[in-house]
Amino acid sequence: MTKIHVTTTVNGDETEFLCDPRETLLDVLRDRLNLTGAKEGCGTGDCGACSVTMEGRLVCSCLVLGAEAEGKDIATVEGIADGDTLHPLQRKFIEHAALQCGICTPGILVAAKSLLEKNPDPSETEVRYWLAGNLCRCTGYDKIIRAVMDAATEMREAS
Amino acid sequence: MNYHSPASFAEASALAANVDGVTRFLAGGTDVLVQLRADIVTPDTLIDIKMIDGVSDIIQNDDGSWTLGVAVTGAEMTEHAGLSQDWPGVVEAMDLVGSTQVQGRATLTGNLCNGSPAADSVPAMVAAGVTVTVTSADGSREVAVEKVPTGPGRTSLAKGELVSAVNIPARGDNAGDAYLRFIPRTEMDIAVVGVAVSLRLDGDIVTEARVCLGAVAPTVLLVQDCADAINGSTLDDAALDALAVAASAACNPITDKRGTVEFRTDVAGVLAKRAAKIAYARANGETVKGDHA
Repeated sequence: MTKIHVTTTVNGDETEFLCDPRETLLDVLRDRLNLTGAKEGCGTGDCGACSVTMEGRLVCSCLVLGAEAEGKDIATVEGIADGDTLHPLQRKFIEHAALQCGICTPGILVAAKSLLEKNPDPSETEVRYWLAGNLCRCTGYDKIIRAVMDAATEMREAS
Repeated sequence: MNYHSPASFAEASALAANVDGVTRFLAGGTDVLVQLRADIVTPDTLIDIKMIDGVSDIIQNDDGSWTLGVAVTGAEMTEHAGLSQDWPGVVEAMDLVGSTQVQGRATLTGNLCNGSPAADSVPAMVAAGVTVTVTSADGSREVAVEKVPTGPGRTSLAKGELVSAVNIPARGDNAGDAYLRFIPRTEMDIAVVGVAVSLRLDGDIVTEARVCLGAVAPTVLLVQDCADAINGSTLDDAALDALAVAASAACNPITDKRGTVEFRTDVAGVLAKRAAKIAYARANGETVKGDHA
């Protein structure tokens, strides 16, 4: 089967890869670009563990084909920290112990960052609705919500 | 599987007309790629329509009507103040589909062409009188949304035909719409029953009502008896009761894990009344939050 040649931008770096037409963006990120932050939970867009942004829009990378990334700007959890300096969301997730097994965490960080860029001062309800597509089977969500609210407060004070 | 990303609808339609095997068009992919992954439908040919010019445009025409490109996402609709002002029922119905992530990709056209009787946006489009432009080698035709689904997973579109635009009528004055659905929790589920109502007021009298039910039959149902029950009324209790009776009477549902025949039939009446009240209030110029506030 003919492979498709794709040129795209991932976390600010221009990248190219060859992929099978059936490969998802998640497959490409993990298996071809060695960016294993995005996780495959369900593979059907239900769990959000594979969340990335494409052209600034939050999507499940399991529901995007690698071929569709042509010319697009992709951002993954690997691009959230600034070198060794963690993003406020990452720090607050550690402070609040907002994770246990950690599988859902990259997706939740990407999703939460996307929310705070759109709405720097969300209500708890807005955070819960925004993250409804990010499933966590460990934490019961409360610590995650508190970490996001706390990060939002800190980011507002810093800006 | 062969992947194509044609630059025009004519090219897309010619491609689809000239290949054998299973063909799928790829808009947001939130159904097509799930079916691919689950080995439910493995297309031989996948035609991505998102490289075609204008497919992400939301345009208000001079007469007040709206033309939406086939790749416009739910998130883009919700963020569009003018469209949300004119057609809150249609926008909210689409917004109920899936998560934030799904909203970043899912489209009205995909929700329609997937052919699910429980698709949230479809009853809202039918109540609103939305049409789609269908393009093939023979040119284009305009088709009412209610004429597209023919059963679960099936549409009236022929080989080589594809939807190339979504046409929403001008809202006009003193009019409102609403869509409500029942799910057993607050988010991330599929409608057990959905009801959309669009109406216009002449003073306090309902005119031009259109009522559409979802998830209670093999296709969405545009129910004239429901419209007749409230047209000419002030949406008083008698009219609302008649509306509920007509909605329940129109149901032809199945029992599944989400709800029984009896439950769906009853809830259709309840939601019809509630949706009609919201549409009426909106037609009166009131701002009413929908299901997904």
